[in-house]
Amino acid sequence: MRDYTVGGPEAKVAEANGLVDADWYKPKVDRELMKQFMARSNGLAALHVASWFAALAIFGYLAHLSWGTWWAVPAFAVYGVLYGSMSDSRWHETGHRTAFRTKWMNDVVYYIASFMVFREPETWRWSHARHHSDTIIVGRDAEIAFKRNVPFYKFVLELFSFGAFPAELKQWIQNAFGKITNNQKDFQPPETFRISKWASRVYLSILIATVVFSWRIGSFEPMMFIGLPSIYGHWFVVTLGVTQHAGLAENTTDHRLNTRTIYMGPLNRWIYWNMNYHVEHHIYPSVPFHQLKNLHEEVKDQLAPPYKSTLSALREVVYALRRQAKDENFYIQRQLPTSAN
Amino acid sequence: MSEEWTVACDFASVSPNDVVRFDTPDATFAVVKLEDGRCSVIDGLCTHGKAHLAEGFVDGKTIECPKHNGRFNVLTGEPVASPVRVATNVYETRVNGDKIEFRKR
Repeated sequence: MRDYTVGGPEAKVAEANGLVDADWYKPKVDRELMKQFMARSNGLAALHVASWFAALAIFGYLAHLSWGTWWAVPAFAVYGVLYGSMSDSRWHETGHRTAFRTKWMNDVVYYIASFMVFREPETWRWSHARHHSDTIIVGRDAEIAFKRNVPFYKFVLELFSFGAFPAELKQWIQNAFGKITNNQKDFQPPETFRISKWASRVYLSILIATVVFSWRIGSFEPMMFIGLPSIYGHWFVVTLGVTQHAGLAENTTDHRLNTRTIYMGPLNRWIYWNMNYHVEHHIYPSVPFHQLKNLHEEVKDQLAPPYKSTLSALREVVYALRRQAKDENFYIQRQLPTSAN
Repeated sequence: MSEEWTVACDFASVSPNDVVRFDTPDATFAVVKLEDGRCSVIDGLCTHGKAHLAEGFVDGKTIECPKHNGRFNVLTGEPVASPVRVATNVYETRVNGDKIEFRKR
């Protein structure tokens, strides 16, 4: 059975095979065009973030008004997705600091979105850097969410963070009391542990204050607005996010073989901030969300064919994960264009 | 790197707010031109990960690594955004006629 432990025995195998911080495939793009693609815009990012907060406010208000009635169910369902799923893409893009042109604007949204998506910001910043260095390299990548030899029902439970939430909460508590895990020590510089400790303390304080307030007023309504949406609203981003890498090749240095690009409609792309162009994002992480579609048009002839819909990608993912539960050597092999360099 | 001046490239071959790569037999460099025409030659490889800064994004006085989005100040070499933690080398740079030249400080 494959050992996915970061820094474990597979990490040594990866290093011996030249898979650590390796040179990855890159399609050809004209430099002047690439400069245009990499340009950032504070205004555009602010508009998108404002539209997200506005949607949260509207559905949050409707949820509050409908509290105690059955109308609260759909209201909180939408609020939860806006909070626990849409925060993921904002977390991701501002973590790369490509959403806004100005660094501090990225950082402010990053810290807010990290809390909402239930991720300690500093550790995840470093784990994500590792994810980009060694994408789906076993023993190196700390963000391989869909592993082989795992019963399929466990992935279904992850729709509501059954595994991820308790594990992250445990790490927050450990960090808050000054303990750093072995996982963190593998990819995070020691001088940043202090940030993890304080971020964990602040985030836990907000959660504890919400629980105490709920207890004092005798209603769990406040927890439905802060904290719990990270669980009950997380299913949508898992549904989209599972399509990024699951079921594809491991231990390759070509993002076209371990990552999917999927065509999605405008609503999903607003929620997901164009992360459906995931191959392009991995090859060129300096390109902000609003230029990924244009980048895709430029390089698509050098990539594997994109998936025509979320549903078609999900069908393949479910099939692959069910097969991989029993056969760890199975994976989906992507067909590359012969014209690619 | 020699203490003698080395020609990196033609001044006109680098657009403002851009960077080009320059290689010697034993080293690689990134030649940056700011919007105001000032030039700076820095080490080509990022101090954090294996990526060439000549593929990066120049914005103001900073250059962003194309792999992990870490940033350096191109005039001082100091890191200004994680995951970069270690400063890069900045070389003494001048425009001599129509050439960009550099040498060890």
